[in-house]
Amino acid sequence: MTEVLSAPHSMEFPYTRSTGPMVGAFLTGLRDRRVLGVRDSAGRVVVPPPEYDAGTAAVLPADELIEVASEGVVTSWSWNPKPRLGQPFEQPFAWVLVQLDGADTGLLHALDAPRDAIRTGMRVRIRWAEEPVGFIKDIACFEPAP
Amino acid sequence: MRDVAVVSFAQSATRRDQTRNEVEILLPVLREAMAPTGLTTHDIGFTCSGSSDYLAGQAFAFVSALDAVGPWPPIQESHVEMDGAWALYEAWVRLQHGDIDTALVYAFGKSSPGDVARVLSLQLDPYVTGPLWPDAISLAALQARAFLEAGHDEKDLARVVARSRRNAVGNPHAQLSGDIDEATLLDEPLYADPLRMHDCPPISDGAAVVVLAAGDKARELCERPAWIRGIDHRIDVQALGSRDLSQSASTRLAGEKAGVGGRADLAELHAPFSHQELIVAEALGLDETATSINPSGGALASNPVMVAGLVRIGEAARRLSAGEGERAVAHATSGPALQQNLVCVLEATS
Repeated sequence: MTEVLSAPHSMEFPYTRSTGPMVGAFLTGLRDRRVLGVRDSAGRVVVPPPEYDAGTAAVLPADELIEVASEGVVTSWSWNPKPRLGQPFEQPFAWVLVQLDGADTGLLHALDAPRDAIRTGMRVRIRWAEEPVGFIKDIACFEPAP
Repeated sequence: MRDVAVVSFAQSATRRDQTRNEVEILLPVLREAMAPTGLTTHDIGFTCSGSSDYLAGQAFAFVSALDAVGPWPPIQESHVEMDGAWALYEAWVRLQHGDIDTALVYAFGKSSPGDVARVLSLQLDPYVTGPLWPDAISLAALQARAFLEAGHDEKDLARVVARSRRNAVGNPHAQLSGDIDEATLLDEPLYADPLRMHDCPPISDGAAVVVLAAGDKARELCERPAWIRGIDHRIDVQALGSRDLSQSASTRLAGEKAGVGGRADLAELHAPFSHQELIVAEALGLDETATSINPSGGALASNPVMVAGLVRIGEAARRLSAGEGERAVAHATSGPALQQNLVCVLEATS
């Protein structure tokens, strides 16, 4: 009898990366259901917080993060008629840029709302994942704010 | 600065090419571009290519494309994981060194084997955006909404598409062409709201080749070279929500540095989505009444990814060399929603 040899094979980069002081703090904040930003050289509260200032390239202070609200306003949206593998929903849904209260920039995520109800300027809030782990998908999606 | 000119340009027809691989698409285009110059691979001082391994799904896939060039004995060669327009920029910088007089630039890409809108998600921030896999069409549509709500009308988008289709009728390399009026376009349903299907680019496979030469060498190789008078590229902040998507600050800055000055007989703008052409034209200060915009039909008519930007420079140069004008602006873009932009000003005189 011929023995068939087999071995598991997975496509992967078998190393880990540090997310750094800023993105790391942002992701850790999500794990605690808090959204953090940082004030840039122009005075804007940027969410998610970048490590370096977009205008001046200065290092931004990772020890001066600012908590913003988990509720905010839609600044732009698009309808995704053909969801793809890995996206937040399997049925057609909207992508949104949301400016959370206290922030001056938009955060990209999916919105769970009927298409007819979506408009720029609508109030939405974060729907948290049941078990946050420190990942952007700790935000399951946005949903209309009551 | 050393004067450098485009002395030859060739491009493949663009379509979903299910029978040929990248080398097979590229080889006849290389020969076509080299033929009028009389140069061979080993007469060329520097060779630079633009392509993406993510399209081929294989690491270092660009190396095999060198088979089309014939790099033996070894040649001086480089590659950018970007549109070929950025390979042209590198070759232009290399020619500024002064020790060589010619450069070969090529680009190739097959978008059709995979889902290119999804593949392009891999260029996004890997921590806070990439894990959501937002596709290129969805992100362009977010930008289109920001543009429309900043005071524009969907009729403006239809006008861009109708002109692209009309202009492409005269372009044998184009994939989509025809005489369609704006009202018919607006009757079509929304696809990625606010975009309709025709506001998005076709899936194209293709290749393009440019030969550059400096100073007297350019005059020797070409009767009417298209001289690069200015070239610059700039990038916007990475986070989509941190910039004004209705405008393109990086295009504006690159245009200023390249010396556009709002003047051109013709402009080839790399705008895969209809609203992007309007954003780029506005950032460059180009007025449709004074400048022929995308006389080839542009990227809405044919969009080989990693190639379409280089084609803009080649098309602009080819038209100047053929006497269609004396001054042209070419633009190339890279990244989601016009994140990075290159602007090149070309001139030709008899």
